[in-house]
Amino acid sequence: MFNTLASPFRKLGELTINAVWRLGFATRFLGAILMYSGQSLMRLQMTIREVYFAGVLSLIIIVVSGLFVGMVLGLQGYNTLSRFGSADALGALVALSLLRELGPVLAALLFASRSGSAMTAEIGLMKATEQLDAMRVMAVNPIARVVAPRFWAGVISMPVLAALFNVMGVFGGYLIGVVMIGLDAGTFWSQMQANVDLHSDVINGLIKSLVFGIAVTLIAVFEGYDATPTASGVSSATTRTVVTSALVILALDFVLTAFMF
Amino acid sequence: MKRSTIDLWVGIFVAIGIASVIFLSLKVANLTPQSNEQTYALTADFDNIGGLKVKAPVKSAGVLVGRVSNIQLDAKTYQAKVTLAINKQYQFSKDASAEILTAGILGEQYVGLTEGGDPDTLQPGDKISLTSSAMVLEQLIGKFMTNFAEKGSNDSSSGHADKTAPQQ
Repeated sequence: MFNTLASPFRKLGELTINAVWRLGFATRFLGAILMYSGQSLMRLQMTIREVYFAGVLSLIIIVVSGLFVGMVLGLQGYNTLSRFGSADALGALVALSLLRELGPVLAALLFASRSGSAMTAEIGLMKATEQLDAMRVMAVNPIARVVAPRFWAGVISMPVLAALFNVMGVFGGYLIGVVMIGLDAGTFWSQMQANVDLHSDVINGLIKSLVFGIAVTLIAVFEGYDATPTASGVSSATTRTVVTSALVILALDFVLTAFMF
Repeated sequence: MKRSTIDLWVGIFVAIGIASVIFLSLKVANLTPQSNEQTYALTADFDNIGGLKVKAPVKSAGVLVGRVSNIQLDAKTYQAKVTLAINKQYQFSKDASAEILTAGILGEQYVGLTEGGDPDTLQPGDKISLTSSAMVLEQLIGKFMTNFAEKGSNDSSSGHADKTAPQQ
Protein backbone atom coordinates (compact mmCIF):
# COMPACT_ATOMS: atom_id res chain seq x y z
CA MET A 1 0.00 0.00 0.00
CA PHE A 2 2.71 2.46 1.00
CA ASN A 3 4.80 1.44 -1.98
CA THR A 4 2.04 2.08 -4.53
CA LEU A 5 1.40 5.53 -3.02
CA ALA A 6 5.03 6.49 -2.84
CA SER A 7 6.15 5.20 -6.24
CA PRO A 8 5.07 8.25 -8.30
CA PHE A 9 6.99 10.51 -5.92
CA ARG A 10 10.00 8.21 -6.06
CA LYS A 11 9.84 8.29 -9.84
CA LEU A 12 9.61 12.11 -9.81
CA GLY A 13 12.60 12.39 -7.50
CA GLU A 14 14.57 9.96 -9.63
CA LEU A 15 13.81 11.94 -12.78
CA THR A 16 14.80 15.24 -11.11
CA ILE A 17 18.04 13.88 -9.72
CA ASN A 18 18.83 12.32 -13.09
CA ALA A 19 18.19 15.60 -14.94
CA VAL A 20 20.36 17.60 -12.56
CA TRP A 21 23.05 14.92 -12.74
CA ARG A 22 23.07 15.06 -16.53
CA LEU A 23 23.17 18.87 -16.47
CA GLY A 24 26.23 18.80 -14.25
CA PHE A 25 27.90 16.16 -16.40
CA ALA A 26 27.16 18.18 -19.53
CA THR A 27 28.80 21.25 -17.97
CA ARG A 28 31.90 19.22 -17.01
CA PHE A 29 31.84 17.74 -20.50
CA LEU A 30 31.91 21.23 -22.05
CA GLY A 31 34.87 22.07 -19.82
CA ALA A 32 36.67 18.90 -20.96
CA ILE A 33 35.98 19.72 -24.63
CA LEU A 34 37.40 23.21 -24.22
CA MET A 35 40.40 21.83 -22.33
CA TYR A 36 41.28 19.23 -24.97
CA SER A 37 40.29 21.28 -28.01
CA GLY A 38 43.84 22.64 -28.22
CA GLN A 39 44.98 19.21 -29.45
CA SER A 40 42.23 18.90 -32.01
CA LEU A 41 42.79 22.43 -33.35
CA MET A 42 46.50 21.65 -33.71
CA ARG A 43 45.53 18.79 -36.02
CA LEU A 44 43.18 20.94 -38.06
CA GLN A 45 42.56 18.21 -40.64
CA MET A 46 40.20 16.40 -38.27
CA THR A 47 38.10 19.50 -37.68
CA ILE A 48 38.02 20.31 -41.41
CA ARG A 49 36.78 16.78 -42.11
CA GLU A 50 33.95 17.26 -39.62
CA VAL A 51 33.11 20.70 -41.07
CA TYR A 52 32.65 18.87 -44.36
CA PHE A 53 30.19 16.37 -42.87
CA ALA A 54 28.34 18.82 -40.64
CA GLY A 55 28.39 21.97 -42.76
CA VAL A 56 29.06 21.33 -46.43
CA LEU A 57 26.63 18.44 -46.67
CA SER A 58 23.91 20.62 -45.07
CA LEU A 59 24.24 23.24 -47.82
CA ILE A 60 21.49 21.80 -50.02
CA ILE A 61 18.83 21.66 -47.30
CA ILE A 62 19.75 25.17 -46.08
CA VAL A 63 19.68 26.70 -49.57
CA VAL A 64 16.37 25.10 -50.53
CA SER A 65 14.59 25.84 -47.24
CA GLY A 66 15.95 29.40 -47.14
CA LEU A 67 14.63 30.03 -50.62
CA PHE A 68 11.19 28.68 -49.79
CA VAL A 69 10.94 30.52 -46.46
CA GLY A 70 11.84 33.75 -48.25
CA MET A 71 9.25 33.10 -50.95
CA VAL A 72 6.53 32.36 -48.39
CA LEU A 73 7.45 35.54 -46.50
CA GLY A 74 7.20 37.44 -49.77
CA LEU A 75 3.74 36.09 -50.57
CA GLN A 76 2.28 36.39 -47.07
CA GLY A 77 3.90 39.76 -46.44
CA TYR A 78 2.60 41.14 -49.72
CA ASN A 79 -0.94 39.93 -49.01
CA THR A 80 -1.00 41.60 -45.60
CA LEU A 81 0.96 44.75 -46.44
CA SER A 82 -1.03 45.52 -49.58
CA ARG A 83 -4.16 45.57 -47.40
CA PHE A 84 -2.69 48.62 -45.66
CA GLY A 85 -1.35 50.09 -48.87
CA SER A 86 2.26 49.68 -47.78
CA ALA A 87 3.45 46.89 -50.05
CA ASP A 88 6.62 48.95 -50.54
CA ALA A 89 7.79 47.85 -47.10
CA LEU A 90 7.99 44.21 -48.26
CA GLY A 91 11.79 44.31 -48.56
CA ALA A 92 12.17 45.56 -45.00
CA LEU A 93 9.70 42.96 -43.71
CA VAL A 94 11.45 40.04 -45.40
CA ALA A 95 14.96 41.13 -44.41
CA LEU A 96 14.13 42.00 -40.80
CA SER A 97 12.17 38.84 -40.06
CA LEU A 98 14.89 36.69 -41.61
CA LEU A 99 17.88 38.42 -40.04
CA ARG A 100 16.43 38.73 -36.57
CA GLU A 101 14.48 35.51 -36.07
CA LEU A 102 13.79 33.10 -38.88
CA GLY A 103 17.30 32.78 -40.28
CA PRO A 104 19.14 31.80 -37.11
CA VAL A 105 16.27 29.77 -35.62
CA LEU A 106 15.26 27.77 -38.69
CA ALA A 107 18.86 27.18 -39.76
CA ALA A 108 19.61 25.92 -36.23
CA LEU A 109 16.55 23.62 -36.23
CA LEU A 110 17.54 22.20 -39.61
CA PHE A 111 21.15 21.86 -38.49
CA ALA A 112 20.07 20.02 -35.32
CA SER A 113 17.99 17.52 -37.24
CA ARG A 114 20.42 17.10 -40.15
CA SER A 115 23.87 17.20 -38.50
CA GLY A 116 23.22 17.05 -34.75
CA SER A 117 21.39 13.75 -34.97
CA ALA A 118 24.15 12.34 -37.20
CA MET A 119 26.80 13.34 -34.65
CA THR A 120 24.87 11.72 -31.81
CA ALA A 121 24.33 8.51 -33.76
CA GLU A 122 27.98 8.34 -34.81
CA ILE A 123 29.43 8.91 -31.33
CA GLY A 124 26.78 6.70 -29.71
CA LEU A 125 27.56 3.86 -32.10
CA MET A 126 31.30 4.31 -31.48
CA LYS A 127 30.54 3.91 -27.80
CA ALA A 128 28.27 0.89 -28.38
CA THR A 129 30.93 -0.87 -30.50
CA GLU A 130 33.56 -0.04 -27.86
CA GLN A 131 35.66 2.09 -30.21
CA LEU A 132 35.91 4.81 -27.57
CA ASP A 133 37.21 2.26 -25.05
CA ALA A 134 39.68 0.99 -27.64
CA MET A 135 41.00 4.54 -28.05
CA ARG A 136 41.40 4.87 -24.31
CA VAL A 137 43.38 1.63 -24.27
CA MET A 138 45.68 3.12 -26.92
CA ALA A 139 46.11 6.21 -24.71
CA VAL A 140 44.15 8.33 -27.19
CA ASN A 141 41.74 10.67 -25.46
CA PRO A 142 38.35 10.15 -27.16
CA ILE A 143 37.20 13.65 -26.17
CA ALA A 144 40.18 15.20 -27.94
CA ARG A 145 40.06 12.81 -30.89
CA VAL A 146 36.30 12.35 -31.51
CA VAL A 147 34.25 14.92 -29.60
CA ALA A 148 36.21 18.19 -29.82
CA PRO A 149 36.62 18.24 -33.64
CA ARG A 150 32.86 17.69 -34.05
CA PHE A 151 32.08 20.40 -31.51
CA TRP A 152 34.23 22.98 -33.27
CA ALA A 153 32.94 21.93 -36.68
CA GLY A 154 29.40 22.63 -35.49
CA VAL A 155 30.34 25.96 -33.93
CA ILE A 156 32.04 27.04 -37.17
CA SER A 157 29.33 25.75 -39.50
CA MET A 158 26.28 27.23 -37.80
CA PRO A 159 26.89 30.98 -38.46
CA VAL A 160 27.89 30.21 -42.04
CA LEU A 161 24.71 28.23 -42.63
CA ALA A 162 22.53 30.90 -40.96
CA ALA A 163 24.08 33.67 -43.07
CA LEU A 164 23.53 31.62 -46.21
CA PHE A 165 19.93 30.94 -45.13
CA ASN A 166 19.37 34.71 -44.77
CA VAL A 167 20.83 35.45 -48.18
CA MET A 168 18.69 32.78 -49.84
CA GLY A 169 15.61 34.05 -47.98
CA VAL A 170 16.18 37.62 -49.12
CA PHE A 171 16.66 36.29 -52.65
CA GLY A 172 13.41 34.31 -52.37
CA GLY A 173 11.57 37.42 -51.17
CA TYR A 174 13.05 39.32 -54.10
CA LEU A 175 11.90 36.62 -56.53
CA ILE A 176 8.32 36.82 -55.30
CA GLY A 177 8.11 40.56 -54.61
CA VAL A 178 9.95 41.98 -57.61
CA VAL A 179 10.05 39.28 -60.27
CA MET A 180 6.62 37.70 -59.74
CA ILE A 181 4.41 40.43 -58.23
CA GLY A 182 6.22 43.26 -59.93
CA LEU A 183 7.10 45.67 -57.12
CA ASP A 184 9.77 48.20 -57.95
CA ALA A 185 13.23 46.72 -57.42
CA GLY A 186 14.69 50.04 -56.25
CA THR A 187 12.01 50.51 -53.60
CA PHE A 188 12.42 46.92 -52.45
CA TRP A 189 16.15 47.34 -51.79
CA SER A 190 16.05 50.90 -50.49
CA GLN A 191 13.27 50.11 -47.98
CA MET A 192 15.37 47.16 -46.85
CA GLN A 193 18.53 49.22 -46.56
CA ALA A 194 16.78 52.05 -44.73
CA ASN A 195 15.36 49.74 -42.07
CA VAL A 196 18.10 47.15 -41.54
CA ASP A 197 20.89 48.14 -39.21
CA LEU A 198 24.27 46.43 -39.42
CA HIS A 199 24.84 46.15 -35.71
CA SER A 200 21.39 45.55 -34.29
CA ASP A 201 20.16 43.22 -37.04
CA VAL A 202 23.00 41.57 -38.95
CA ILE A 203 25.55 41.21 -36.13
CA ASN A 204 22.94 40.24 -33.52
CA GLY A 205 21.59 37.58 -35.89
CA LEU A 206 25.09 36.17 -36.29
CA ILE A 207 25.62 36.17 -32.51
CA LYS A 208 22.35 34.27 -32.16
CA SER A 209 23.40 31.66 -34.69
CA LEU A 210 26.78 31.26 -32.97
CA VAL A 211 25.05 30.67 -29.61
CA PHE A 212 22.67 28.18 -31.25
CA GLY A 213 25.65 26.45 -32.86
CA ILE A 214 27.36 26.01 -29.49
CA ALA A 215 24.14 24.77 -27.85
CA VAL A 216 23.10 22.35 -30.59
CA THR A 217 26.53 20.81 -31.06
CA LEU A 218 27.12 20.47 -27.34
CA ILE A 219 23.77 18.69 -26.95
CA ALA A 220 24.54 16.44 -29.92
CA VAL A 221 28.00 15.32 -28.81
CA PHE A 222 26.92 15.05 -25.17
CA GLU A 223 23.91 12.85 -25.98
CA GLY A 224 26.15 10.64 -28.13
CA TYR A 225 28.80 10.35 -25.43
CA ASP A 226 26.22 9.76 -22.72
CA ALA A 227 24.13 7.27 -24.73
CA THR A 228 23.35 3.83 -23.33
CA PRO A 229 25.66 1.61 -25.42
CA THR A 230 22.89 -0.46 -27.00
CA ALA A 231 20.97 -0.19 -30.26
CA SER A 232 17.89 1.20 -28.54
CA GLY A 233 20.05 3.49 -26.38
CA VAL A 234 21.62 5.09 -29.46
CA SER A 235 18.22 5.47 -31.10
CA SER A 236 16.70 7.18 -28.07
CA ALA A 237 19.78 9.39 -27.70
CA THR A 238 19.32 10.54 -31.30
CA THR A 239 15.68 11.35 -30.63
CA ARG A 240 16.63 13.22 -27.44
CA THR A 241 19.19 15.28 -29.39
CA VAL A 242 16.59 16.57 -31.84
CA VAL A 243 13.92 17.22 -29.19
CA THR A 244 16.25 18.86 -26.67
CA SER A 245 17.96 20.94 -29.36
CA ALA A 246 14.64 22.25 -30.67
CA LEU A 247 13.47 23.22 -27.18
CA VAL A 248 16.81 24.78 -26.23
CA ILE A 249 16.99 26.74 -29.51
CA LEU A 250 13.51 28.21 -29.02
CA ALA A 251 14.10 29.00 -25.34
CA LEU A 252 17.52 30.55 -26.01
CA ASP A 253 16.01 32.53 -28.86
CA PHE A 254 13.50 34.08 -26.48
CA VAL A 255 16.22 34.94 -23.95
CA LEU A 256 18.56 36.39 -26.58
CA THR A 257 15.78 38.40 -28.21
CA ALA A 258 14.79 39.83 -24.84
CA PHE A 259 18.40 40.91 -24.29
CA MET A 260 19.12 42.20 -27.79
CA PHE A 261 16.11 44.05 -29.11
CA MET B 1 50.20 17.02 -45.15
CA LYS B 2 48.29 16.21 -48.32
CA ARG B 3 45.59 18.41 -49.74
CA SER B 4 42.33 16.57 -50.27
CA THR B 5 39.03 17.28 -51.99
CA ILE B 6 37.42 17.77 -48.57
CA ASP B 7 39.67 20.80 -48.06
CA LEU B 8 38.38 22.25 -51.31
CA TRP B 9 34.75 21.76 -50.28
CA VAL B 10 35.33 23.24 -46.83
CA GLY B 11 37.13 26.15 -48.50
CA ILE B 12 34.12 26.74 -50.75
CA PHE B 13 31.84 26.45 -47.71
CA VAL B 14 33.75 29.06 -45.70
CA ALA B 15 33.97 31.33 -48.77
CA ILE B 16 30.17 31.10 -49.16
CA GLY B 17 29.79 32.06 -45.51
CA ILE B 18 32.06 35.09 -45.82
CA ALA B 19 30.36 36.14 -49.07
CA SER B 20 26.94 35.85 -47.36
CA VAL B 21 27.99 38.05 -44.46
CA ILE B 22 29.46 40.63 -46.85
CA PHE B 23 26.27 40.58 -48.92
CA LEU B 24 24.13 41.02 -45.80
CA SER B 25 26.22 43.94 -44.53
CA LEU B 26 26.64 45.75 -47.84
CA LYS B 27 23.46 45.08 -49.77
CA VAL B 28 20.90 44.45 -47.03
CA ALA B 29 22.14 46.69 -44.20
CA ASN B 30 23.72 49.23 -46.59
CA LEU B 31 26.87 49.60 -44.56
CA THR B 32 28.60 52.85 -45.43
CA PRO B 33 31.83 53.88 -43.76
CA GLN B 34 30.27 56.64 -41.73
CA SER B 35 31.66 57.33 -38.29
CA ASN B 36 30.61 59.81 -35.63
CA GLU B 37 33.36 62.24 -36.61
CA GLN B 38 31.56 63.14 -39.80
CA THR B 39 28.48 64.51 -38.06
CA TYR B 40 27.86 67.49 -35.82
CA ALA B 41 25.14 67.96 -33.24
CA LEU B 42 22.29 70.47 -33.28
CA THR B 43 19.47 70.67 -30.76
CA ALA B 44 15.86 71.72 -31.16
CA ASP B 45 13.09 72.09 -28.56
CA PHE B 46 9.63 70.91 -29.51
CA ASP B 47 6.35 71.25 -27.61
CA ASN B 48 5.30 67.80 -28.75
CA ILE B 49 7.35 65.27 -30.69
CA GLY B 50 4.48 62.84 -31.34
CA GLY B 51 5.96 59.45 -32.20
CA LEU B 52 9.48 60.63 -33.08
CA LYS B 53 12.12 58.06 -32.18
CA VAL B 54 15.86 58.04 -31.79
CA LYS B 55 17.53 57.20 -35.15
CA ALA B 56 14.63 58.75 -37.08
CA PRO B 57 15.82 60.47 -40.25
CA VAL B 58 16.45 64.22 -40.54
CA LYS B 59 15.59 65.44 -43.99
CA SER B 60 15.95 68.71 -45.81
CA ALA B 61 14.00 69.06 -49.05
CA GLY B 62 13.40 65.32 -48.78
CA VAL B 63 17.11 64.49 -48.74
CA LEU B 64 18.52 62.57 -45.77
CA VAL B 65 21.00 64.87 -44.01
CA GLY B 66 21.27 63.24 -40.60
CA ARG B 67 19.58 61.28 -37.83
CA VAL B 68 17.97 61.97 -34.47
CA SER B 69 20.59 60.99 -31.91
CA ASN B 70 18.90 61.75 -28.59
CA ILE B 71 15.51 62.76 -27.18
CA GLN B 72 15.07 64.12 -23.66
CA LEU B 73 12.48 66.02 -21.68
CA ASP B 74 13.77 69.40 -20.54
CA ALA B 75 13.08 69.42 -16.79
CA LYS B 76 12.55 73.21 -16.67
CA THR B 77 10.50 74.05 -19.73
CA TYR B 78 8.83 70.64 -20.11
CA GLN B 79 9.65 70.67 -23.77
CA ALA B 80 11.17 67.79 -25.68
CA LYS B 81 14.85 68.42 -26.35
CA VAL B 82 15.82 66.63 -29.57
CA THR B 83 19.48 66.28 -30.54
CA LEU B 84 20.16 65.89 -34.25
CA ALA B 85 23.36 64.45 -35.73
CA ILE B 86 23.80 66.25 -39.06
CA ASN B 87 26.32 65.25 -41.74
CA LYS B 88 29.33 67.60 -41.78
CA GLN B 89 28.87 68.34 -45.46
CA TYR B 90 25.56 70.13 -44.85
CA GLN B 91 25.49 73.58 -43.19
CA PHE B 92 22.31 75.39 -42.21
CA SER B 93 21.76 79.09 -41.52
CA LYS B 94 21.04 80.46 -38.03
CA ASP B 95 17.34 80.97 -38.78
CA ALA B 96 16.73 77.50 -40.21
CA SER B 97 13.54 75.92 -38.94
CA ALA B 98 12.78 72.36 -37.83
CA GLU B 99 9.43 70.62 -37.92
CA ILE B 100 8.26 67.12 -37.26
CA LEU B 101 6.63 65.57 -40.30
CA THR B 102 5.09 62.22 -41.11
CA ALA B 103 5.94 60.13 -44.14
CA GLY B 104 2.55 59.20 -45.55
CA ILE B 105 -0.52 58.99 -43.34
CA LEU B 106 0.64 56.13 -41.14
CA GLY B 107 4.36 56.33 -41.93
CA GLU B 108 7.27 57.00 -39.64
CA GLN B 109 7.89 60.48 -38.30
CA TYR B 110 10.99 62.44 -39.24
CA VAL B 111 12.46 65.88 -38.67
CA GLY B 112 12.28 68.28 -41.61
CA LEU B 113 14.81 71.13 -41.77
CA THR B 114 14.07 74.22 -43.84
CA GLU B 115 16.91 76.56 -44.71
CA GLY B 116 16.55 80.22 -43.71
CA GLY B 117 18.13 83.38 -45.11
CA ASP B 118 20.72 84.28 -42.47
CA PRO B 119 24.31 84.25 -43.84
CA ASP B 120 25.68 82.90 -40.53
CA THR B 121 25.56 79.12 -40.21
CA LEU B 122 24.62 77.02 -37.21
CA GLN B 123 27.68 75.83 -35.33
CA PRO B 124 27.95 72.40 -33.65
CA GLY B 125 25.89 72.39 -30.44
CA ASP B 126 23.67 75.30 -31.50
CA LYS B 127 19.94 75.33 -30.97
CA ILE B 128 17.40 75.62 -33.75
CA SER B 129 14.96 78.17 -32.37
CA LEU B 130 12.19 77.99 -34.97
CA THR B 131 10.36 74.72 -34.45
CA SER B 132 6.89 73.38 -35.04
CA SER B 133 5.58 70.33 -33.29
CA ALA B 134 4.27 67.06 -34.53
CA MET B 135 0.76 66.88 -35.85
CA VAL B 136 -1.12 64.70 -33.40
CA LEU B 137 -4.04 63.09 -35.12
CA GLU B 138 -6.28 63.08 -32.04
CA GLN B 139 -5.82 66.82 -31.46
CA LEU B 140 -6.46 67.49 -35.12
CA ILE B 141 -9.68 65.48 -35.07
CA GLY B 142 -10.64 67.22 -31.81
CA LYS B 143 -10.21 70.67 -33.38
CA PHE B 144 -12.10 69.60 -36.47
CA MET B 145 -14.97 68.25 -34.38
CA THR B 146 -15.22 71.49 -32.33
CA ASN B 147 -15.23 73.62 -35.49
CA PHE B 148 -17.78 71.35 -37.03
CA ALA B 149 -20.03 71.50 -33.95
CA GLU B 150 -19.79 75.32 -33.76
CA LYS B 151 -20.61 75.66 -37.42
CA GLY B 152 -23.54 73.26 -37.03
CA SER B 153 -25.01 75.23 -34.11
CA ASN B 154 -24.59 78.52 -36.02
CA ASP B 155 -26.41 77.17 -39.04
CA SER B 156 -29.31 75.90 -36.96
CA SER B 157 -29.78 79.24 -35.14
CA SER B 158 -31.79 80.72 -38.06
CA GLY B 159 -28.95 82.16 -40.11
CA HIS B 160 -27.63 84.45 -37.40
CA ALA B 161 -24.09 83.79 -38.61
CA ASP B 162 -25.04 84.45 -42.22
CA LYS B 163 -26.26 87.94 -41.42
CA THR B 164 -23.24 88.90 -39.38
CA ALA B 165 -20.68 87.46 -41.74
CA PRO B 166 -21.00 89.98 -44.61
CA GLN B 167 -20.82 92.89 -42.19
CA GLN B 168 -17.42 91.88 -40.90
